[in-house]
Amino acid sequence: MTLPLLDVLGIAKKYGGRTGCSDVSFALWPGEVMGVVGESGSGKSTLLNCLSGNLVPDTGEVLFNTRCEGMRDTLKMSESERRRLSRTDWAFVHQNPRDGLRMNVSAGGNIGERLMGVGERHYGNIRRQAMDWLGRVEIPENRVDDRPATFSGGMRQRLQIARNLVTGPRLIFMDEPTGGLDASVQARLLDLLRSLVREMELAVVIVTHDLAVARLLADRMMVMKDGCAIESGLTDQVLDDPQHAYTQLLVGSVLQV
Amino acid sequence: MIRVSNLSKRFVLHNQSNAVIPVLADANFNVFPGECVGLAGPSGSGKSTLMRMIYGNYLAQSGEILIGNVNVAAATAREIILLRRETLGYVSQFLRVVPRVPVRDVVAEPLLTLGALRDEAFERAEAMLELLNIPEHLRHLSPTTFSGGERQRVNIARGFVHDYPALLLDEPTASLDAANRDIVLDLIEGAKSRGAAIIGIFHDNDFRRQICDREIDVTQFMPKAA
Repeated sequence: MTLPLLDVLGIAKKYGGRTGCSDVSFALWPGEVMGVVGESGSGKSTLLNCLSGNLVPDTGEVLFNTRCEGMRDTLKMSESERRRLSRTDWAFVHQNPRDGLRMNVSAGGNIGERLMGVGERHYGNIRRQAMDWLGRVEIPENRVDDRPATFSGGMRQRLQIARNLVTGPRLIFMDEPTGGLDASVQARLLDLLRSLVREMELAVVIVTHDLAVARLLADRMMVMKDGCAIESGLTDQVLDDPQHAYTQLLVGSVLQV
Repeated sequence: MIRVSNLSKRFVLHNQSNAVIPVLADANFNVFPGECVGLAGPSGSGKSTLMRMIYGNYLAQSGEILIGNVNVAAATAREIILLRRETLGYVSQFLRVVPRVPVRDVVAEPLLTLGALRDEAFERAEAMLELLNIPEHLRHLSPTTFSGGERQRVNIARGFVHDYPALLLDEPTASLDAANRDIVLDLIEGAKSRGAAIIGIFHDNDFRRQICDREIDVTQFMPKAA
């Protein structure tokens, strides 16, 4: 079997005496979407931040299959190597688009900035790619020069996705990307994400508390409680035949529409 | 093609006074290529549970479920994802889709994930929808607003769009009229003649007699009262 794109081994993080997350391990292959679910404070975001380099875990390894040098522990990379990775092969989609966008720079500029970060200098090319991506995330092209501050919540979130994907990353971290969006906008975003994952063979780690989102988007699922991964497996297996008492409670507590 | 041995299953409901519900014990059977086998037994006897276990949707307590050379009962999530993509198809009673995605995309999706060319995948999807009498003017709409019978036909189109070597059919004809039922009958016959191993749950007695080469009475797998 081929090597995974991401191999996470025994990640643990404590905040003083309090556990953020403890001993989390999993592997992820290209084209796979893994949903991380659990209630607030269960350690989902801590885990995501440890994986993506925003936080330094106390123990563990985050191995990434780099284009040139094979599996590398990203925690042992130099700061500049890691920054390079997060500009090229990695992407991070924040729950609040404000955290992932520059609100006072035009939509085109937001997309172009990431391209310039990887060395693109030709203005025409940048503009053309920005236009292309606006189209792909269904933002009208005549909004290219508008600032995201003038966009709706759903448009901002789609712009954030465009900005992240323009450099063709292979691994995306998403923190509640559909949180705070109303149902119709959320459906549109889910549809978009699914086709992008398929077309670009993306690997995604998506943190969500919404089990319906996880079911539609994720192939695999990990349930977290008190910082531990208490159950993991195929998404439909975890949701339809949950083994752990907490997962049963979680699945059994969802309101039916 | 499908080999089930010493399979058992129980549900433990932790939040409902730890109720333990044994469903299957020591199930053994085989399904060969080109064969359609019906699961028989009254409601609650474990037909759907057994089918879902074969699909990897429910976990097994013990035993083996071999599809080709993959043991679903012990496989990793990744192995089951690949198995479902290429080998094991499933037509469930309900269609679960992302809202807003058009019917033709829903049907073409299994081919696209297999890496088929876009045009070919959509051509094949259109042909399946044509066969199952989903009118042209509905194919660019999301199936969320469709009637029960239409949804079921979309689900069947999706399940038969790729030639899976193994197929699981959970009441594929429950809400279909006679004409459409005959079309599904032809589809299943076609799958059999190309060598697919099929397990089905059919409540329609006539349909079951027409299509199934043999039946497996699941009540024989019911655990003896402890």
